[in-house]
Amino acid sequence: MNKVPNNRAWWLVLPVFILVAFSALIPLMTVVNYSVQDIFGPGQGYWVGTEWFKEILGNERLQDSLLRQFAFSGAVLAIQIPLGISVALMMPKSGIKASLCLILLAIPLLIPWNVVGTIWQIFGRGDIGLFGWGLNSLGVDYNYTGDTVDAWLTVLLMDVWHWTPLVALLCYSGLRAIPEAFYQAAEIDRASRWAVFRYIQLPRLKSVLVIAVLLRFMDSFMIYTEPFVLTGGGPGSSTTFLSQTLTTMAIGQFDIGRAAAFSLIYFLVVLLVSWLFFTAITHLDKEK
Amino acid sequence: MNYSRSKGIGMTLFIILLLTPIYWLLNMSFKTNREILGGLTFWPQDFTLQNYAVIFTDSSWYSGYINSMIYVSMNMTITLLVALPAAYAFSRYKFVGDKHLFFWLLSNRMAPPAVFLLPFFQLYSSIGLFDTHIAVALAHCLFNVPLAVWILEGFMSGVPREYDEMAYIDGYSFPKFFVKIFLPMIRSGIGVAAFFAFMFSWVELLLARTLTSVDAQPIGAIMTRTIGASGIDWGVLAAAGVLTIIPGVLVVWFVRNHIAKGFALGRV
Repeated sequence: MNKVPNNRAWWLVLPVFILVAFSALIPLMTVVNYSVQDIFGPGQGYWVGTEWFKEILGNERLQDSLLRQFAFSGAVLAIQIPLGISVALMMPKSGIKASLCLILLAIPLLIPWNVVGTIWQIFGRGDIGLFGWGLNSLGVDYNYTGDTVDAWLTVLLMDVWHWTPLVALLCYSGLRAIPEAFYQAAEIDRASRWAVFRYIQLPRLKSVLVIAVLLRFMDSFMIYTEPFVLTGGGPGSSTTFLSQTLTTMAIGQFDIGRAAAFSLIYFLVVLLVSWLFFTAITHLDKEK
Repeated sequence: MNYSRSKGIGMTLFIILLLTPIYWLLNMSFKTNREILGGLTFWPQDFTLQNYAVIFTDSSWYSGYINSMIYVSMNMTITLLVALPAAYAFSRYKFVGDKHLFFWLLSNRMAPPAVFLLPFFQLYSSIGLFDTHIAVALAHCLFNVPLAVWILEGFMSGVPREYDEMAYIDGYSFPKFFVKIFLPMIRSGIGVAAFFAFMFSWVELLLARTLTSVDAQPIGAIMTRTIGASGIDWGVLAAAGVLTIIPGVLVVWFVRNHIAKGFALGRV
């Protein structure tokens, strides 16, 4: 649509600008301010410059949780994107069945995040949970509260359960946008099913897949509530991801300067990796 | 086996796997604690509504739902009121800094809530809004307003400019045109934006829990109270969980065809 240049449109945007500035800019400035000071109490702080940043970057506990976070987000993307695409390919194309599938798929996305944690907390227990009990009676030694690997896999499985439907829904809407004529042409050419996927469906899915990868990366990188409820970050600190480390530091220990420096680094990592994904994918697009 | 049948079987299998954990929660919410801890049963042997009765008769329980509902509806109202004019501006006009503003809005979606936790806490405490519904509603605007602007912009761009121009020629003032003619035309978009504002405010707990203590405490925070001296009250916990799922499931039917668009920030 051709848009009319008109700077008075700013008046219409102003409420949004003020509101988001109030709830994003002021807090962010506060964080920047804290990150360069040592705070003793209200109004009592002194300038420490980049000391917190140096300390945070060298802090082993944080490096560990950053590594864990990248491993987790990587695993999430590696499982959910292919699985989401295959579910989208399996979905019925139209009619009441398609509507039903859409709604059933959406259910995990609509559950409050702490309840997602609760559901899996119950489901995975060896004594009262179907999943834990089932595994144990099959002879698998499974205990997510005691064993590091089991805890990790349970958190991962929970996230797959929770968010794969999102990838599937995005891909499904991308697939629906492909004109029927494309498939007919492929049929005339006697294209194999794989060729149809590789040369018709996958290229058309690119834009939704960019969104899916970005969303899943960002959200898995910010994960807090679900593992907090499920494992509390344990056993040990094996499932303590970045948000939880930060929250413990800021609210639990009230270590404001360090937490603020940590926050900024955290935010920058998210922005940087999102930007890398975005440019890498759009760059690939141009090369073709 | 033919192709579409194997697809159907795969889909059914996935849906079943998806619903099993929810079935287990539902199953448990109708059991007594003795049955839950006594052994594994696939449906309630001793069917009881006692767990739900606990929630509906104890005000410290059901007030959690009321609190959540209050701040969610406040957030929906604020979000729509500010996002509608902004989305109109983005869809109709070019203005200084429009692209930058649009991307700045998106960057707020990338900010981990944990980063904003402490500043939010101090900001709302210092202006005396701590433990009020409006504090949580405002905090949730951080991610809901950008989302609503993006969704609404998509729907508004689908309405041709000619309508706007016709209305001016017919002598409508801008506010009258906007409310009487334009809004009814994009009502499905408004519904979708409202649904997503509702949903993201409803599922978020980290900010909601940090900004409240007693009077505005959300249901998610109250659920942690089931851990008592005698261990966890599993039945009530399960019933409370089931009740938090219901609102989302009730309204999802209306937006089923727009869900992907909403999650993708209006980009699909």
